[in-house]
Amino acid sequence: MQTLMLTVKSNERLNHDTFSLVLEGDNLTFSAPGQFVNVDIPGLYLRRPISVCQSTDTTVRLVFKVVGKGTALMAGYKQGDVVDVLSPLGNGFDVNAEGKKALLVGGGVGTPPLLGLAEELLKKGKEVKAVLGFNTASDIILEKDFRSLLGEGNVTVTTMDGSAGKKGLVTDALEECDVLYSCGPLPMMKAVAQKVKCKCYFSLESRMGCGFGACMGCSIQTANGAKRVCKDGPVFDGEVLIW
Amino acid sequence: MVDLSVKLCNLSLDNPVIPASGTFGYGREYLDFYDPNILGSFSFKGTTKELRFGNPAPRIADCTAGMINSVGLQNPGVEEVLRTELPEMKKVFKKKVIANVCGFSVEEYVYVAEKLCADESVGIIELNISCPNVHNGGMSFGTDAKCAYEVTYAVKKSVTKPLMVKLSPNVTDITVIAKACEDAGADAVSLINTLLGMRIDLKTKKPVIYNKTGGFSGPAVFPVALQAVYRTYEKVNIPIVGMGGVSSAEDVIEMMLVGATAVQIGTANLKNPYACKEIIDLLPAVMEKYRIKSLKEIIGGAHR
Ligand SMILES: Cc1cc2nc3c(=O)[nH]c(=O)nc-3n(C[C@H](O)[C@H](O)[C@H](O)COP(=O)(O)OP(=O)(O)OC[C@H]3O[C@@H](n4cnc5c(N)ncnc54)[C@H](O)[C@@H]3O)c2cc1C
Ligand SMILES: Cc1cc2nc3c(=O)[nH]c(=O)nc-3n(C[C@H](O)[C@H](O)[C@H](O)COP(=O)(O)O)c2cc1C
Ligand code: FES
Repeated sequence: MQTLMLTVKSNERLNHDTFSLVLEGDNLTFSAPGQFVNVDIPGLYLRRPISVCQSTDTTVRLVFKVVGKGTALMAGYKQGDVVDVLSPLGNGFDVNAEGKKALLVGGGVGTPPLLGLAEELLKKGKEVKAVLGFNTASDIILEKDFRSLLGEGNVTVTTMDGSAGKKGLVTDALEECDVLYSCGPLPMMKAVAQKVKCKCYFSLESRMGCGFGACMGCSIQTANGAKRVCKDGPVFDGEVLIW
Repeated sequence: MVDLSVKLCNLSLDNPVIPASGTFGYGREYLDFYDPNILGSFSFKGTTKELRFGNPAPRIADCTAGMINSVGLQNPGVEEVLRTELPEMKKVFKKKVIANVCGFSVEEYVYVAEKLCADESVGIIELNISCPNVHNGGMSFGTDAKCAYEVTYAVKKSVTKPLMVKLSPNVTDITVIAKACEDAGADAVSLINTLLGMRIDLKTKKPVIYNKTGGFSGPAVFPVALQAVYRTYEKVNIPIVGMGGVSSAEDVIEMMLVGATAVQIGTANLKNPYACKEIIDLLPAVMEKYRIKSLKEIIGGAHR
């Protein structure tokens, strides 16, 4: 963990409210997909946690949705701007879980970390499929990225209103698998957890004070006692979660 | 060469910079950032008799120049702290620590303070009297001079190490509580704890924090903390540890000028995990700029 001064390489709009921000700099090391960074935004006090979507040795891609002041300010970042981030944070997904068939289940702005996860799982020789759920067609993000990475037929998109892909919830489109990885709204993940029997990993969100385990602001109760989402998570084995 | 050292009760500190309770865990979370032995000391997470999860989420809210927390004293309980946290801490931190003690009755305060006092790593007991008093209608010990006196007196009788009482600013006159603690035998007071605060989420039109209100801290409270220390310095003869919004070397010096013997830094660590290291590194240059040779000599300087 350290604070890094990164330079904005690009900041593109993906749809009406979601942006893809690529930051560049040295010492960018992540131990697993699903880790996150904590972004210092001038003018705001607390940092804002954002998951790593994809990374290389010198770049990190963050995909975020504008929901409030901080993310609105991030939407205004321009090429060449310098951004202070605390990184790498959290545990990330276990890509060595047993089983060949992996299913990724993303909801809305929970899909970005699953893209980096898909890349790592493919490197491990796993068979990877993805189900990505959105409210409506205009909310869809990263569909092309997933399709070109996993193959057209291995990606199912669902929308609640049926304006694109399959109409319904992600739980209507789940497929058989050995291990399931999910990130998205809590009610979606809860529904997934109730529906499947296989090994599941869920990436959670929580309001954070520090992001590195010092303040206990983000804690949740699990079957193994209190856990910090920022340090012991954000990814938890479905077996320990209390829904 | 400037002199950063100060003496707090019977502890000689290399410098007055002390991370505040609740923002530094039991010390381990900062090892990635710097060697904690550069600190004067640190105050560990508020510890209670029993394990506590604390309050339901959300328990953090962002504010202009600060934050609200309603963590609610999440800690593993005093036995577990003695069994695992302190032995781990001692492997990396070689100086004396400040043990932050909480309780919901006088008996609980005494129990936890006695236990922690017996550990050789503990240099000072810091009694956090902001907890609600379950035997007295849930009102906080720290908002009533009589309750503050009672708990300080009881703990002082049962510990052998210096006792520092941490005061809440959510009172009409903090100096009255400070005086009551001094009269009950406190060896020092530390102030301020967090101010009561709240935020509303405009989308849901409900409080952001599950418990509705929480403790407000960070740079915004610095002027409030300064006046509290300034006025308390005029009323008591025991050392004061100043805190509340301190975020820079300049803030440390201001805090000492109004009367603080040492300074705790809380929320600043959460935004910038290097905050205490940067402050310690910058203090000599800032002291030289303001022609200060020794920090000891400026304590209470604003009163003269
Ligand atoms: C581990 C983790 C990973 C995340 N990854 C992503 C991501 O990849 N893309 C993305 O768009 N969003 C992600 N989020 C959510 C993102 O942190 C919030 O949307 C963002 O902090 C909102 O900030 P704001 O200032 O725009 O909103 P405001 O509502 O103005 O924020 C006010 C406060 O609430 C907190 N907050 C608001 N919403 C959330 C939330 N959903 N989760 C946690 N804290 C919140 C903020 O951090 C801030 O402290 C992640 C959250 C966590 C905990
Ligand atoms: C997340 C958080 C947790 C805290 N927990 C404790 C605690 O356990 N015991 C205590 O005495 N004070 C606790 N405090 C209060 C701080 O120690 C300090 O008194 C207060 O935040 C003001 O200082 P600051 O503005 O530098 O943070 C906590 C503060 C924060 C922000
Ligand atoms: S956000 Fe501070 S411990 Fe998790």
